[in-house]
Amino acid sequence: MSALLDVQALEAFYGRTKALHGVSFSMARGGITTILGANGAGKTTTLRAISRMVRTTGTLRFEGEALERKATEDVVQLGIAHAPEGRGTFVHLTVEENLRLGAWGRRERGSLKDDFERVFGYFPVLRERRRQAAGTLSGGEQQMLAVARALMLRPRLLLLDEPSLGLAPLVVREIFRILRTINQTGVSILLVEQNAALALDLADHVFLLETGRVVMEGPSDVLRRDDAIRRAYLGY
Amino acid sequence: MSGSRLPRLVGLLSLLLAACALPFVLSNFRLFQFSQVYIYAIAILGLNMLTGYNGQFSLGHGAFYAIGAYVSAIMMDRWNIAYGWTLPVAGVLCLVVGFLFGLPALRLEGLYLALATFSLALAVPQILKYFEHWTGGSQGIVLSKPNAPFGLKLNPDQWLYFVTFAVLVLLFWLGANLLKGRIGRAIVAIRDNHIAAEAMGINTALYKSLVFGVSAAYTGVAGALSASVIAYVAPDSFNVFLSVTLLIGSVIGGLASISGAVFGALFIQFVPNWAQDISKAAPWAIFGVFLIGFMYLMPFGIAGGIRLLWIRATRSRVPQEGRSAVPTQAHTTT
Repeated sequence: MSALLDVQALEAFYGRTKALHGVSFSMARGGITTILGANGAGKTTTLRAISRMVRTTGTLRFEGEALERKATEDVVQLGIAHAPEGRGTFVHLTVEENLRLGAWGRRERGSLKDDFERVFGYFPVLRERRRQAAGTLSGGEQQMLAVARALMLRPRLLLLDEPSLGLAPLVVREIFRILRTINQTGVSILLVEQNAALALDLADHVFLLETGRVVMEGPSDVLRRDDAIRRAYLGY
Repeated sequence: MSGSRLPRLVGLLSLLLAACALPFVLSNFRLFQFSQVYIYAIAILGLNMLTGYNGQFSLGHGAFYAIGAYVSAIMMDRWNIAYGWTLPVAGVLCLVVGFLFGLPALRLEGLYLALATFSLALAVPQILKYFEHWTGGSQGIVLSKPNAPFGLKLNPDQWLYFVTFAVLVLLFWLGANLLKGRIGRAIVAIRDNHIAAEAMGINTALYKSLVFGVSAAYTGVAGALSASVIAYVAPDSFNVFLSVTLLIGSVIGGLASISGAVFGALFIQFVPNWAQDISKAAPWAIFGVFLIGFMYLMPFGIAGGIRLLWIRATRSRVPQEGRSAVPTQAHTTT
């Protein structure tokens, strides 16, 4: 199998509550895959399961390597960067310090200079804000910081949890444009979104999650034309 | 940024010189008080690492202070070990105890952790009384102050002042390096956003326990120093009130601030005395007024207040709070 990420019969638990009921999907190398679904469908949990931040059963393979028994820090070392739900800004640290923490789990240490240049290339506003406390940034800037911070790992897979949440449409469009550019440099992206229209535009493959199960999947062009999807998620 | 470095260095050097001059201008009693300030400052810096930087509450650091003091006292009293050697032993022992206590504490957050540590503060004085053979029970252990070595013409109070000051400088230098570097960033990141810190690949459980250990070690060394400076240890000097006092010092001085530890230490050493001078009948009422006044005037602690004044005076641009701000409501509760 040449899948980048392969998930089989994944179940996830918060205490005794089961949040995923056997999710299976696989993701091709180099693509952008999106997981759509309503609130509570298990989208965030799926990402947290990949990052090993929640108890699971089932199998998870990244480039053929089993993740189930790994700790979060080991998964990060494999090159899986996770921009968590709600941006996860370290508000009292500066923008630069936030970015440095993004490289925390990187295998190759050494200078971050090139990485700073690269992410400031994507998000010039972060260069201006470099020495500012990250909590003083606007919501959009904090989301850019979340993506930039994840890129500091030089990831092979980028997990993005609702990057559009609470942002103005213009800002969201800008961020999604940059996500496409990032993807073109060879970073695969697994995107969790409620904003289906945007996600379908960006992604090449889509999984639809409902109450902890995958109920539909396919290329985004196909799913976009599906009547059920259109009514439920696109609203026309 | 680089412009503020030189005045800072000059300020630090003049403070250092002033501190070294104190023994030759102050009475022995005043000197003793300043030694106590340094000791508190070390303990508060330890507590500050845990509470201010890492967002873990402790109402029980008096317990580590007590352990440090007793380890030092027992080593000196029983085995005639020189006080200097007791400091690292107390530090390492408290590091281990703190780390081990930090492991179960991982499951507790906010007020629950505060209560768990509070129980430690309640228990330790009684445990000390129980092991009477070692600790002298309620009577405690009376020690003698060490004389200055190498034929230095210093009395014991002057010598102990210098010892305490040297330990303070060393531990603050080490602490500043730790907190301003890579590990310090991780410590603050865990406080600011636990889940995101984990997602960055920071082993949050390990770091939280380690911070607990280092924090306890600092407080333990402070306790060990106090044994020599006061020349007496007794269980009742390490009661719950000591833990609360240390927490007051760290909040009033400035949470997540290194210099704040010194300001907080000055506060808890001298303000109760002033309160006593103002009203013999109700000194704690006066102390309470001071406490409320300071919090009202300087919500970010004395260190935060001074920083704001400095920014205003130099008319710098936007205040850069950086990591040295108080934790927000989000991680102080639950």
